This record gives sequence, C-alpha cells and structure tokens, in this order.
Amino acid sequence: MKILVFVKQVPDTDDVALDPKTGNLKREGVQSMLNPNDANAVECALQLKEKFGGTVCAISMGPPQASRTLKTVLGMGCDEAYLLSDRAFGGADTLATSYTLSKAAEKIGDYDLLLCGRLATDGDTAQTGPALAAWLGLPQITLASSLAVEDGWVICDRKLGDMRQRVKAKLPAVVTVTGDLNKPRYATAMGLMKAGKKPFFTWDAAAMEADTSKTGMPGSPSSTKGVFEPEKRTTDTKYLSGEMVDIVKELVDSLEAEHLL
Amino acid sequence: MAKEDYKGIWVFAEQEHGVIEPTVFELLGKAQDLQAHNKEEIVAVLMGNDVDALAPELIARGANKVIVVNDPALAEYSARPYQAALTQLVEKYKPSILLYGATPLGRDLAPRLMITLDTGLTADAIDLGYDEDDVFYQTTPAYGGKILAHIVILEKRPQMATVHCKMFAPLEADPARTGEIVKETVQVEADPDYQVVEFVPDENVEVNIAASDVIVAGGRGIKSEDDLKKLQELADLFGGQVGVSRPLVDNGWMPHSRQIGQSGVTVTPRLMLNLAVSGSVQYTLGMQKAGCIVAVNTSADAPIFDFAHYGIVGDYKQFVPALIEELKNRKA
Amino acid sequence: MDFKLTEQQEMIRDMVREFAEAEIKPLAKEVDEKHMFPVETVKKMQEMGLFGLAYPEEYGGSGAGQVAYMLAVEEIAKVCGTTSVILSASESLASWPIYKFGTEEQKQKWLVPQCKGEKLGAFALTEPAAGTDAAMQKSRAVLSEDGTYYTVNGSKIFITNAEYADYFIIFVMTNPELGTKGITAFVIDKDIEGLTISKPCNKMGICGSSTCELYFDNMKVPVENRLGAEGKGFGIAMMTLDGGRIGIAAQATGIALGAIEETVKYVNERVQFGKPLSKFQNTQFTLADMQTRADAAHLLMLRAAWAEEAGVPYTQFAARAKLFAAETASYVTNRAVQLFGGYGYTKDFPVERMMRDAKITEIYEGTSEVQRMVISGSVLAGKG
Repeated sequence: MKILVFVKQVPDTDDVALDPKTGNLKREGVQSMLNPNDANAVECALQLKEKFGGTVCAISMGPPQASRTLKTVLGMGCDEAYLLSDRAFGGADTLATSYTLSKAAEKIGDYDLLLCGRLATDGDTAQTGPALAAWLGLPQITLASSLAVEDGWVICDRKLGDMRQRVKAKLPAVVTVTGDLNKPRYATAMGLMKAGKKPFFTWDAAAMEADTSKTGMPGSPSSTKGVFEPEKRTTDTKYLSGEMVDIVKELVDSLEAEHLL
Repeated sequence: MAKEDYKGIWVFAEQEHGVIEPTVFELLGKAQDLQAHNKEEIVAVLMGNDVDALAPELIARGANKVIVVNDPALAEYSARPYQAALTQLVEKYKPSILLYGATPLGRDLAPRLMITLDTGLTADAIDLGYDEDDVFYQTTPAYGGKILAHIVILEKRPQMATVHCKMFAPLEADPARTGEIVKETVQVEADPDYQVVEFVPDENVEVNIAASDVIVAGGRGIKSEDDLKKLQELADLFGGQVGVSRPLVDNGWMPHSRQIGQSGVTVTPRLMLNLAVSGSVQYTLGMQKAGCIVAVNTSADAPIFDFAHYGIVGDYKQFVPALIEELKNRKA
Repeated sequence: MDFKLTEQQEMIRDMVREFAEAEIKPLAKEVDEKHMFPVETVKKMQEMGLFGLAYPEEYGGSGAGQVAYMLAVEEIAKVCGTTSVILSASESLASWPIYKFGTEEQKQKWLVPQCKGEKLGAFALTEPAAGTDAAMQKSRAVLSEDGTYYTVNGSKIFITNAEYADYFIIFVMTNPELGTKGITAFVIDKDIEGLTISKPCNKMGICGSSTCELYFDNMKVPVENRLGAEGKGFGIAMMTLDGGRIGIAAQATGIALGAIEETVKYVNERVQFGKPLSKFQNTQFTLADMQTRADAAHLLMLRAAWAEEAGVPYTQFAARAKLFAAETASYVTNRAVQLFGGYGYTKDFPVERMMRDAKITEIYEGTSEVQRMVISGSVLAGKG
C-alpha cells in the first residue's frame, strides 16, 4: 500500500516568545522539531508498511530548512521525501496550505491512505487534515487514537470525552491521529546515515502545477492582524477573610467574573 | 457578489442523537454582542433527521431564525453529507459570519466548508469581536497558548470560526423569545464510504492532569484519604482533576501520575486550587504558570501564597465543604 | 578552518538529545538511588544503533564516526552519567581493541554483535594491586602443553558493565618476568567456566553502571581468544585507553553541560530578596565561568575525536581533553550545587548526583595525574 504522511517542522513551543520591542515572534535561538502528532502519523505509516508492505512518502511544506525534518523521518524509515518549497507558498493559512498539500498528493498519485497529525503545535488549528480530505474529495477520520486497515477500509477509534467512537472509512481516506495512537520510534543511526541516499524531491509550485493564486498569501483568506502575549496576571495576592461561607461566596463570584467556572 | 451583500450571523447548531451540543447556546449568547454591532440576523442552522423539536429551544436561547434540515442522510454525522448540506444552505442564504463550536464534530466539519466555500476559517477562537477598524476579528491561541493572535478574514465571506467551548455565557432559555423557523431541503446522499461502527463509554479513560483545565491540588497538610475524596468531589463540580504534592504520592495515597512538581507533572490549568499545600520550590516549579491560583493554608507564611491570586488563610477542612455547598447551590 | 558539524552529525546529536530527554532523564534519579543498571534503556540505545556509531558498516556499525559517537556520549551524560559510561565502556574500551587488533573471526564473533546491539562488552584491566601501576598485574595465564588453551587465574576490579556484559576483554600476565611486556589480552564470553562476577561495589557516583570484580579460577581460555600476540597486551590497553579517554572527556563535558542546564532553569525561577537568583551578579559571573569552561572542554573533546576520525595522532589531544573536561565537570557541578544552595544539597534536584558522577571522570581511564604525566612528557620533550 502507498501511504502519504504529512509532516511539519515546528518551533519548540518552550522557546516561543514575542520580542518585546518589535512585537514579532522571536526567531533567534528557537529550536525546531518534528511536530509531535506528525511523529505519531509517521510511526503509524511505518507499522502499516511493516504489516502490508508498500511505500511511505513523507511530505512537508516549508522553507528549505524543513528538509531536516524530512531527513529525520527518512531516518525513522520513510521511503521517499517531498519538500514543497516555494516563495509563493509563504504566508499560507490552512486553506492555502491544504491546497498545496493536495496538489502534491495528486502529483504523487496512487495513494491508499493519507495520514496527518491531529494538529501542529505552532498554529494549533487541526484544520489541515480535514481540509486536505475536502480538496481531494476523500472521506476522513479525525482524532484517531487507534488505526487498523482491513479489506480496503481504515478502522479507527476516536476518544470523545468519556465516550469512544469506532468508525471506518473506505480507502483512500485521510486520517488525523492523536498522541494516544502509538509511541513514535526514534530514528536510528543507520537510518540517518542512509537518509541522504533515499529519494528526496523538492517541488515548487510549477512542479506540482499549483495555481499560485491559491497558494501562500494570495490564496489565504485569513490573515493575522496582530500577535500578543496573554495578559500576565499580577501575583498580588488578594486575601479573602471573614466567615468561611462568605469567603467561598466571594471566591466563586470572583471566579465567575473571570469566566473560570 | 460584494462582501457587503452577505448578511447574517450563523451558528451551526450541532446536535447528535437529538441533543444540542451546549456550546451552541454559548455561541448564540455571543452572537447577541455581534448583532449589537452589525445589526444582522442571528440564525441557527439545525441539521439532522427528525430534529424539528429542537428548533424552539434555539429561539429561546437567542436565535432570530432557525433553519431546519431533515434528511435521512444527515441522521448521523458524517463529514461529506454534512459538508454538502451546509454548503448548499450557505450558498443560498449568504451569511456574513458562520460560527461552529470547537467540538470534535465542529472541527471535523468546518475545515471542509472552508474548501467548498473558498473562505477563511479561524481555529478554536477564544474571543470574537469588532476592532477599532470595524473589522470582525477572532482571537486565537497559538504555540499552545503562549501567544494569542487576532485573525481577520478581510475579503471572503462568510467569515468562519470554530469557537472554544465555555468561553461565553449562554442566555437563559426564555420561551417568550420569538423567531422564525424555516424548513429547508438539500440534495444529499449518505456516504457509502464512511460508517460509525460503535459509540460506547470509554472503558479506559486515563487520568492526564496536565490536560485538565481545572485542578484541585492537595498537599502535605491533607490529613486522610477520606479528605482526598472530598477533594475529588470538589474537582468533579469544577469538571477538573485532583492533583497532589509529593508527600501524598510517597505515602501511597495517590499514583505518581497525579503528582505535580519538578519530579512529577507540570500543569498549566486555567484554575488551580491548592489546599494544604505549603509550596516548596519543587512543587511550584510544576504549577506556577497556572492561570488563576487559589491557595488555602493555615499558615500565612506558606510560600504558596507568593504564587496565589486568591489567598485564604484557613483550614481546608472548613473551606472544602463550604465551597462544595456553594457550587451546588449555584448549580441548582 | 570550519567549526561546523556535518548535517549527519547534527542529526545524530539531535536524535540522541531527544531520546535522552524523553527516555533517560526520567530514569536518572532511580538509576542513581537504586543502583539500577538501566537494562531497558540500553536495549533501546542498541536498537537505535548507538553502540555502532564509531564503526563501519562492514562490522555492523553505521559509519557515523568518532565525532558523532562522542556527541552521543555527551548528550546522554547531560542527563545521566551512568548511562553514558555504559555506552562508552562497551563501544570504546570493549570494541576498539577488537576492531584494531582482532582477527576477522574475532571481529565477527564480538565486534559485529556489539555494534549491532546484540552484545554488550566490558573491559578488565585494573586489579586490586595494579591500578595505575599496571605492571603489578597478578593475574596469570599459562599455555597448555598442546598449545590450544591458556589456564587463567586471578582477579580484576572496578569492571564497568560487568553483570550485564556478554563478553570481556581481559589483560593477564603470560610472562611475569617481563613486567608490562609480559601482559597479553584475551576476549572471554560471560559463560566461560571458571569466571565469577561479584556483586557490584557500592560507589559514590555513576551508581547504576554495574561495577564489579571478576574472579578467574582455572579458567580455560582457547588460544583463538587471544587478542594480538603474547606480550602485546599492555600496548593494546594503553592505545585503547587513549580513545577511551575521549569518551570520558565527552562524558565529563556532558555532565558539566547538564548541570548548567539545570542551574539556568533554577536561577531563573528561584526568588530571593525579591528577585530571581539570575539577577544577582554572583550568579551571572559564576555561570559565565561554568559555561566558558564547559565550552573549552567541549572543543578539546571535539578536537581529539576529530583527530581520531581523521587518522591524526590523538594521544596528547585525548589526554588534554580528558584532564580538562574531568576537572571542569567537578568544578561546574560543584558551583551548580552552590548556586542551588540548600536545595542543591538535597536529592530533590539532580545537581548533587551530577557532582558525584563528575568525580569519577577525574579517576577512571587514567587519573588526572596520569594525564598530567602523559602531557608533561610531551611538553618537556619540546613537542608542545
């Protein structure tokens, strides 16, 4: 079976902060990493390959530096890597991103299963997977915490609060996976040494016949008007005193006023 | 068509198995604020099969109009039929705003509408409003909430967002509110390539206190395991989890998975109650980034008060039952 | 001149860093307190190919090279000294002599499975009465009359990985009259008759590394297990230690860097006199000294690793890297505990463990005094 797995290089959120002077995200000293849920998707793809045979193609849209993330997943065992990199892809929202990814999927073709992480830790949107499914006209399963393939169907569990839903979709389908699905393997030393010899394609818009009015900034209806840090609460402690019944009343009133209940 | 010609604040009235998802009422509540600004009609879009009976409550909760679609293909949620049905309605009525609850279903469906409607969709907004330029914006967290962004959808319509649950107060249901109920039909077919096999209570719900919005934490000063049960009762009322400092794990009262601190779990709940916790560095390193911190301790010198937004110098044994009582009264 | 690591070296370092943070760090406290050999962690490291980083593919390695291997040791030592020494004892001390001096059969039998992660090795040179003074070895090997096996009697002490090793490289006297020139190296399997392994000794640091005594009681070692010629053992041991010292330098550097990471986290959070410790100049200057020394140790270590990889003589580079890195590890961890104050002295924070783990790097694989002998010899000979 041919599995496409979509991965993203994200900044380590522990490092993320705004530059107090410019109000922009600080780029310096920020480590990048493979988006955690995408690692689960890669692991899932590799396990399916071990069971059914086939090819695992890793696809990432990003700047040239994102090749590092693709090489990492090649080191984990993916067979081919596709870096979608073009200035025309910059500033994309999830509509433009999912369009670009769908063009890559169409060009690679012959896919049976498309896997994404549930969400990326930078944008926190969880929209790219279902949007990709919509571009390709495919059924989807989001929030998969288990995954099996049987007789041309993909069968997943979804954890919905304290309920568990089992659903199945006919292949080809898009599945977005959660961290519960598996524990991703690490790349091996041998894998990383060989990653450089595996097929690695860098595609720009022209290579995928992508319409650049639908990619990047021009293809993005939504835009960011400003970023800011959540208001820091002062740690001036407000002491509540008196009778306990009055204390708890006052406390609950305050919490309600802060929308904390 | 010009973007100015799109009118209406739409709320996707998510329902499953004949029950409206509560966050829909929160969205209808927030829609009142938006309406006060843009003077557009608030419309709830209710889809399913045999769901007419749910429409009046949407009006009682603040919708001016409910569009109801009944179709066997929509009886159970499935992404492609719902995408097709909602797309047809939007294309017919052309609302300016379309809001979904950021529920698993809402986040499954909304991105597909983004494609068929060729418009923007903001994910998991925690606030909505109009800015100084009179532009509708959505506030959304990024990088795990470390950064907030104002997102705008300037040219395309409808402006769509999934909205984080429990951010806005719902209106009290008022049967005196009136509104129009419009029955619509759509052209949809059930999806032969997607099936729900089962929907059952999850037998292995694991405790992950790090994911909890509210934590009620007990410390060394907690006297007995029975008192811990009281903490659990309190946590349940908040919809949260119980956490503990290390001594209560060392003595075997709680598993390590519930330990907060440098050698346990780091937590960042929106609300954290610390009961009989002194506040060692070991502990506070694991919780000081919590949103609102409440501390209850008999010792006014306890370091935990340095981190607390609300401090109560007192005995948790009095505080906990009083708070339980108060919360129960308010719920009733 | 180019100070940049290759992309592969960086990727291997990053992979090990991620693994160490996620899998090794959470266990480090338990490994220390319970004197627990991290069996599962070692298995995972073997599966990732970390034990074969330094060796070519034809012998089961990945051919990543010495620099990549040393970066791996350093990353692991940042979070757990025990785990890092388990790796370097097997991959350097128990493998390099076979790679360098072993027959093809010996390589297939021990080196290949070591690199592939199927076998763990140990290196046994020190004896109760022969530490730095290796000529005082009392273990004896006597060749059988038919010339097919040696009968070995004696004992070894302070053997890392002992209870978990699948094979040992041992050094014993075949001709006591010749002193160090009478020492011969052998490889023995753990299940050989006549070999007994003691309980681990109770140590100050690197508590999980299974440091035991070995007893040889009429142990019959086949001639084909002899590594190199008779009498060449001392030279093999010394050359092996040259490379092993780079591993200890990497370990020491890692411990120092790990302590700095912990300290930075702490001084930013801990408030005294109304401000975080990091706002005090004493903290700032102390951290500057700690980081600068750790950086220097890192560079010395990389120079030695690069030299070995490039085929440049590295004895002096290794000795200097080991000497400086070991003393840096002790200095830095000591300062770290000081900056933590009373909390640093408790087992609630890892810096006291790092301080204990650091000390051994000044002692094993040649004490700092031995390194000074090696270095001063070169300096006095006018070779710099």
